[in-house]
Amino acid sequence: MVPLSYYLVLSGILFTCGVLGFLIKRNIITIFMSIELMLNGVNLSFVAFAAHWQALSGQVFVFFVMVVAAAETAVGLAIIIAVFRTRATLNVDHVNLLKL
Amino acid sequence: MLHLALFTIFGAVAVAGAVNLLVQRHPINSALSLIAVMASLSVEYLLLGAEFVAAVQVIVYAGAIMVLFVFVIMLLNAGEEELTRGSRVAILVGIPGVLIGAVLIAWTLVQHSGTGEVAIGALPGRPETIGWLLFHDFLLPFEVTSILVLIAIMGAVVLAGRPVPTSQQPRKEA
Amino acid sequence: MAQYFTGTDYLLSLPVVLLTLFALGILLIDLMLPKQLKWVNAVTAFAGVLFATAGVWRIQAVYAKGAGGYLGRFAFMQSMLVDRFAIYFFYLFLAGTALAILISVRYLEIENEHHGEFYALMLLSVVGMMCMAAGYDIVLIFIGLELMAISTYVLVGFLRRDRRSNEAALKYLLLGAFSSGIFAYGLSLFYGLTGSTNLRAIGNALQHQMMVRNGHADPVAVLALITTATGLLFKIAAVPFHQWAPDAYEGAPTSITGFMSVAVKAAAWAMLLRILVFGLYPLRSVYLPLIIFVSIATMTGANLAALTQNNLKRLLAYSSIAHVGYMLLGLVALASVDYTQPAFYDGFKGILLYLMVYTFMNLGAFAVITSLRNREVIGDEIDDIAGLYFRAPTEAIMMLIFLLSLAGIPPLAGFYGKYFIFLSLIESKHYVLASLAVLYAVFGLYYYMRIANSMLMREPLEKELLPLSWGMRAALGVTAVATVFIGIFPNWFIEAVNWSLGLTQATPIAGLMK
Repeated sequence: MVPLSYYLVLSGILFTCGVLGFLIKRNIITIFMSIELMLNGVNLSFVAFAAHWQALSGQVFVFFVMVVAAAETAVGLAIIIAVFRTRATLNVDHVNLLKL
Repeated sequence: MLHLALFTIFGAVAVAGAVNLLVQRHPINSALSLIAVMASLSVEYLLLGAEFVAAVQVIVYAGAIMVLFVFVIMLLNAGEEELTRGSRVAILVGIPGVLIGAVLIAWTLVQHSGTGEVAIGALPGRPETIGWLLFHDFLLPFEVTSILVLIAIMGAVVLAGRPVPTSQQPRKEA
Repeated sequence: MAQYFTGTDYLLSLPVVLLTLFALGILLIDLMLPKQLKWVNAVTAFAGVLFATAGVWRIQAVYAKGAGGYLGRFAFMQSMLVDRFAIYFFYLFLAGTALAILISVRYLEIENEHHGEFYALMLLSVVGMMCMAAGYDIVLIFIGLELMAISTYVLVGFLRRDRRSNEAALKYLLLGAFSSGIFAYGLSLFYGLTGSTNLRAIGNALQHQMMVRNGHADPVAVLALITTATGLLFKIAAVPFHQWAPDAYEGAPTSITGFMSVAVKAAAWAMLLRILVFGLYPLRSVYLPLIIFVSIATMTGANLAALTQNNLKRLLAYSSIAHVGYMLLGLVALASVDYTQPAFYDGFKGILLYLMVYTFMNLGAFAVITSLRNREVIGDEIDDIAGLYFRAPTEAIMMLIFLLSLAGIPPLAGFYGKYFIFLSLIESKHYVLASLAVLYAVFGLYYYMRIANSMLMREPLEKELLPLSWGMRAALGVTAVATVFIGIFPNWFIEAVNWSLGLTQATPIAGLMK
């Protein structure tokens, strides 16, 4: 038996690692991978709660999150390729034509 | 006991992979550590009884999505990331801020998520039960998902697929 | 075995199905069209919107009539709820999309990116918006949100040769995916607290927990609320979660900027209201201070930033963020009272009316900017509009109407959106917020008048204008007439909003709050 909170803390750690990666990484592809890490944390929390409530809908949500991640990745990498074609850099700090 | 041991081992692998993703400078190393995170998470899903999710995690996430990432890293020949002034500021502000957030989240979850315990294989999520739910309770979201995949294909074709017409001059900058 | 797919399900999903079919049709027809005939795609897309409108009208005629009609109908095992709130938003999305299609045709020809996918993506993103407005299950809401967001990322980056368009798409994608991740985490915690993905079940369980804990929220519920609300506020672009909006608005094709600022924003609002008001209403005492803070920050930040902008699209992006701030005040009024109070309804009414009025006036302003696009000129700088009055008096006068309406000058439509929001603030005794909002509204007049000044007073730079296309004329005409007409005869439109809240019926929205 493992307490539910262990799983939740693991998912929280993965999620915050993803948030941290989003903030500190400078390579666009790595930033994008950090977002995938966040979604993995979300998935673990859904599966753990599904086991806690004995309700499968949590596992179904994970399925949908995965499809969303796949679609986001396909479009995101296409955008990254388009950006790379027009300016030959993957550093997010060099993509700064629009002032922030 | 076995459950706790397996949870700890693979949880540690997942956290180590996640931290390694942040520490590594070369994107391909980050991608490989993300694959390690995903593989160990699929073991955690198995421990929780989510067989179908574990299989999909390996096939779709670690398999398809990460292959796409690795492919693009190779295609664009991405090198090591350079440290810029922006990234130093982000590191200085980001790490303490996020750490505080992480501690707060962990504390809240430990203190207030109840005393529930999960047995090994607590909720068998077999493909047939998941499939029944998908085509019964979640029929509409499932169908909308197919449109989502269609959009992903269209988006990839529009943005990266079609060759740029060479006769056209690139647009002038403002 | 019960029947899982009934006639009700079919009728309620009719608009969604029609839009999908037309989008697929566009993709097929596009293959056969030679380059000169690409406008046929726009006609097909417009027909799709009309058919979907007919579908919504049919739903309204069959299910939303009479006493108790407010409650609408559930479909697909309670994952979708088509009530009058949803129907109202369906009409808004379709109107915004139809107008955006009209202004896109000539623009895409000039940009030499006239592909059928553009219109197909627009229609499919409306499918996502409808799922967001009618979703009663967080799974459907999440999928709808992503459907809309991903197609919008592609639309923003549609001008592949333009570096600004790429960059806007990249920033929008990164921040959009990030906020979706935070949102999903919040949803997972709510699922963990309540054991259900259905909004009503979540609301009931939260209500029960609040009662057990003597009106204090569970800390996990607070954490879940903060993450979910962060995701939602990102989507409506409220300060401090607004960073993506000016960039995405500036870099996107101008017609898409218009589309994003009305339809996409309305959908995000529909989702926000569905979740915060219908699902998480028991937690309203927790999110009220958060919303108050964000609304003040939004009005302050956006109005200050708008002062210094020289790019028209960027300026209107900040103005649209400022409008989000005013609308959030409606949410403040709505969340600070019980649902039996008048302030609840006036706040709700204010937000819904604001979104309708905003659809017309803002899309009108973007239509004028789109029409400035020329073979050589991108036409989105404030200098490009200089002396517009001497070059094209009709357009300049229309632009003036839109700007005055955006500033909230009384005889025009924009005034009534603000009126109900200020009224609800006074009814819920937020006097300080009300006076602050009035102050900022006066403040906003300055930057709108800067555009007007450039348009009316300055010498025209020597630039010829292309004659307006038929689509552009129609769009400008409709938006200008609507902006004036809503201002002069507001009663019909207030009635429509009342209808959508069930205020004229025996079972008002309160039926859903129980």
